[in-house]
Parts: sequence; structure tokens; C-alpha cells
Amino acid sequence: MIHKYKLGGYNVLLDVNSGGVHLVDDLTYDLLDNVEPPFQKECPGEVVKKLSKSYKDDDIRECYEEIVSLYNDGILFSEDDYEKFALSAVASPVKAMCLHISHDCNLRCKYCFASTGDFGQGRKLMDFETGKRAIDFLIEKSADRYFLELDFFGGEPSMNFDAVKQIVEYARSQEGPHNKKFRFTITTNGIHLTDDMIDFINKEMYNVVLSIDGRKEVNDRMRVRADGSGSYDTITKNFKRLVDKRPKDRDWYVRGTYTKYNLDFSNDVMHLYDLGFDQISVEPVMADASEPYAITEAELPAIFSEYEVLSQKIAKIRKEGKFINFFHFMLDLDQGPCAIKRLRGCGCGNEYVAVTPDGDIYPCHQFVGIKDYKMGNLYEGTFDLDMKNDFAHAHVYTKPECKKCWAKFYCSGGCNANNYMYAGDIHNAHKLSCQIQKKRLECAILMKAVELMDTAE
Amino acid sequence: MNHIKTINKANLKKTAAKGGCGKCQASCQSACKTSCTVANQKCEREA
Ligand code: SF4
Ligand code: SF4
Ligand code: SF4
Repeated sequence: MIHKYKLGGYNVLLDVNSGGVHLVDDLTYDLLDNVEPPFQKECPGEVVKKLSKSYKDDDIRECYEEIVSLYNDGILFSEDDYEKFALSAVASPVKAMCLHISHDCNLRCKYCFASTGDFGQGRKLMDFETGKRAIDFLIEKSADRYFLELDFFGGEPSMNFDAVKQIVEYARSQEGPHNKKFRFTITTNGIHLTDDMIDFINKEMYNVVLSIDGRKEVNDRMRVRADGSGSYDTITKNFKRLVDKRPKDRDWYVRGTYTKYNLDFSNDVMHLYDLGFDQISVEPVMADASEPYAITEAELPAIFSEYEVLSQKIAKIRKEGKFINFFHFMLDLDQGPCAIKRLRGCGCGNEYVAVTPDGDIYPCHQFVGIKDYKMGNLYEGTFDLDMKNDFAHAHVYTKPECKKCWAKFYCSGGCNANNYMYAGDIHNAHKLSCQIQKKRLECAILMKAVELMDTAE
Repeated sequence: MNHIKTINKANLKKTAAKGGCGKCQASCQSACKTSCTVANQKCEREA
């Protein structure tokens, strides 16, 4: 399978199964519409004839030979022989957990997927006992995995910060005896961050996710307090304090959501950059099409061109020798994860679970509150291994659209939760997400290709 | 080559045989989470 596209004055050619990326001239681009394996020794006469209106015959023949040589090298039209690996997918140890430390929030963001914090289950904080049981559960189910990821999530985790501290302390005390290493992450809206919290986060958290949407008017339209007032002024101050004090070797990033209201979101990315935040993730809202802020098919053309604008803005900053990282354009064309990981994707419900304040276990934070997807409970000692197994088998090769999609090794089959909520089944690709994903990937692959070409020269 | 410039050298196929050890980070890609593409994850398998 190949995928080719034109962008920013380049012709990009991707060989899906080998991951090979090529930049090609117009002739190659057009010739590939007319030839495919099995190849002959020379370019078929009728193809030469067909293209001879636009290109010289000798060039066409030479180009054909180049295509055949890449084919013989296994980096063009390479075979899809991954299915056997996919079929061997098995249930794995649990290595990551999302801890819903607070089903309560001090903001009322209008697009909140957690129903402004409580996941439709009533406002509630997790107590230490539940957190402790969650840690024990993770250690027990992690088998021989050394690194364990634990994400403090909400609602707003800072509303239950004492429990966060106690749970971190407990988890650390278990690292030695069980030969494990915890990597903690916390996500916060920044409304209430004391110096003490900031110091603790910077000391203990491997990563911290700071939620802000961008420009003040954009942020304050959606990210509001219960009284309707905006959060921008408070959170920018707090996030700056946190980032300034954060050790350089620790990860962090600001993350925002764009909606129908700010389809010019490249300006929000640049605004965050100008504020001094150079680790940025800004992503489309996922919402029911009936919501006024929802993104629908109608918005796609504007979104596509905005990603192009954004990639140009980022390329310009990098050309000046400055640093900026936009998460959805991050891509490793040369190393990156193995093909197996790529076809398995997020691992939710198999390697990753979420735990609520009541000790309920779900496949991931996005499934929390959906009855059919409750996997068990820490107090009842239940854990549905059949469901775990089903999730282990939800990968690119059991998702019909993904299997034939050129983006499968970058996208990894999308978000199971979105698939379930908006396409009816975890195996059904959510078309709207796919289209945005593919556009982002096209931009990212081109940016990376151009960078690699520039450094090679 | 005059018409085609190949950008990367790695071949995904080679990674399949030895891969899948599961030592790397979990990688939620949803809007509310870690949100990077899987294709950017670091491999943590010891060589
Ligand atoms: S650590 Fe590397 S080899 Fe192991 S599953 Fe992850 S990407 Fe694949
Ligand atoms: S979710 Fe969509 S974009 Fe991703 S691999 Fe599947 S079909 Fe392709
Ligand atoms: S199903 Fe979606 S939200 Fe859940 S872990 Fe996977 S990518 Fe993330």
C-alpha cells in the first residue's frame, strides 16, 4: 500500500508497510497513478504513451526504473505481513493507571467530557484507602513491568491534593520491595496551585499537563468558573510559576482544546508560545454534533488549512533556530516504536485502566461512567478478564477501516472511546477524527521529511 | 536517483520481529490526555 499527497509545494510518497518516506517529482507522482506491482522490466508502452504529453519518454522510462528499484529494495509497495503479529496479540500486564482522584472541579468548562468533573456520578473525592488499593492493584497486575505510570486525573486533582501526596508517598514506599519505578503525571486546570503544590509536583511528577486553550478570549469563552468568570488571568500566572520552577529534565506541556469558535487555532498555539510555553498540545474538541461548539464535517476544510498554516508557523520558528514542540506534529520517522506497538495503540482496557473514587475500574478515563464498560471494583476484588481480553484484541487488524488505512502505523487505530461514543463500537473508526488525524499526519510527515532533507544537505 | 529522494532509512518491518515487549509508555492519544501520536513514543526495549 502506498499513500501520496501534495503539500507545501512537495510531493510526498509514503510506503505504508515499511514506513518509507520519499519526496518525488511530478513525473513520479503521475506515473504512480498508472503503474503498480507486478512490475515489468521496462515501463509498459501504453503508459509511456499516456504520459508523453507532459513528460519526455526517456524520463518516464528512467523514472519507472527508479520505482522498480525501490520496490525491489522493499521500501515501495512493500507487503503487509503484520497480520500474523496482530493475531498473536494477547492480554498483557497492566502498566498504566489513571487515578480519578477528584470527581469534582472548580471550573465549569463548557466542553468537559466529564460533565464538569463528576462524570455524571455525583461530586466525590477519592480517599487514601482507595488510592492505596489502586496502587496495590497496579503492582499486582503489572507482573514483570518495571516502569508503572500513574496519572492523577479528575475532575481537578488539586482539589484533593492531600490524597495525591499520601498516595505518592505510599507508592514510593512500595517501589523498593516490588522492584518497580512509578512515573507520575498530573493534569491540572491551574485555578488553585499553591507554592507548596507546585514544589511537590515539580519534585514528584514525571510529567505535568497544564490545561489552557490559548488566547484570553478563546480560553475564557469555554474555561469558566461556576460564576461564569474566565480563568485565563489566574491560570497563566500559576502555570508560569510552575514552569519557571520546573527542573529542566522534567516533562510538562500546556494543552488546549479548539472548537468551532476558534478554527484559527494556530493563533492560539502561537499565543501560548509567546507566553513562554514551548511545549504545546492543542486538539479538536470531541462532542455531540448538536453542541454549538462542536466540530462537524462542515468545519473540516477550515481545519485542514489551519494545520497547514500552523506547520508553516512552526517551521519558521525552527528555521530561526528556536525551540517549539507541537505534540501532534511530533513524529519519529527513523526510530520510534516497533510495528507491534503501533498496531496495538493506546492499550486501554488491557495495559491501561482507570479507577474512580468508588474504586470502580474502567478501561480508561473516557469510559468512566459507562455501565457496560465497568471492568470491576477494587473493594469487591473483581476484574473482568474477558473484557480485558477483548480490548487486547482491539487493534488495527481487527478494525475494518483501520486495516486498509494508510495512516494505521501512525494513528494505531484511533481512540477506542471515541469510536464507541461516536461510531457505535470500539472497532468502528470515527470518521471525523480520522480525517483530522490524517491531515495532521500529512503535515507532520512533510515537516519531518523537509527537516531531514535539510540536515542531510 | 533523479526522480525520487528517499528520506528515511529505517524499515518498520525489522521492528516487528523483536518488538511488542510492552516496556514502553502507554499512549493515550485522546484530546484530554498525553495526546501524542503513538508514532512518536520512545522504545524502551534494551538492545
Ligand atoms: S519498548 Fe520498544 S519493542 Fe517494546 S513494545 Fe515498546 S516500542 Fe515495541
Ligand atoms: S482510526 Fe481512522 S485514521 Fe486511524 S488508523 Fe483507523 S481508519 Fe485510519
Ligand atoms: S480509548 Fe481513547 S481516551 Fe481511552 S486511552 Fe485509548 S486513546 Fe485514550
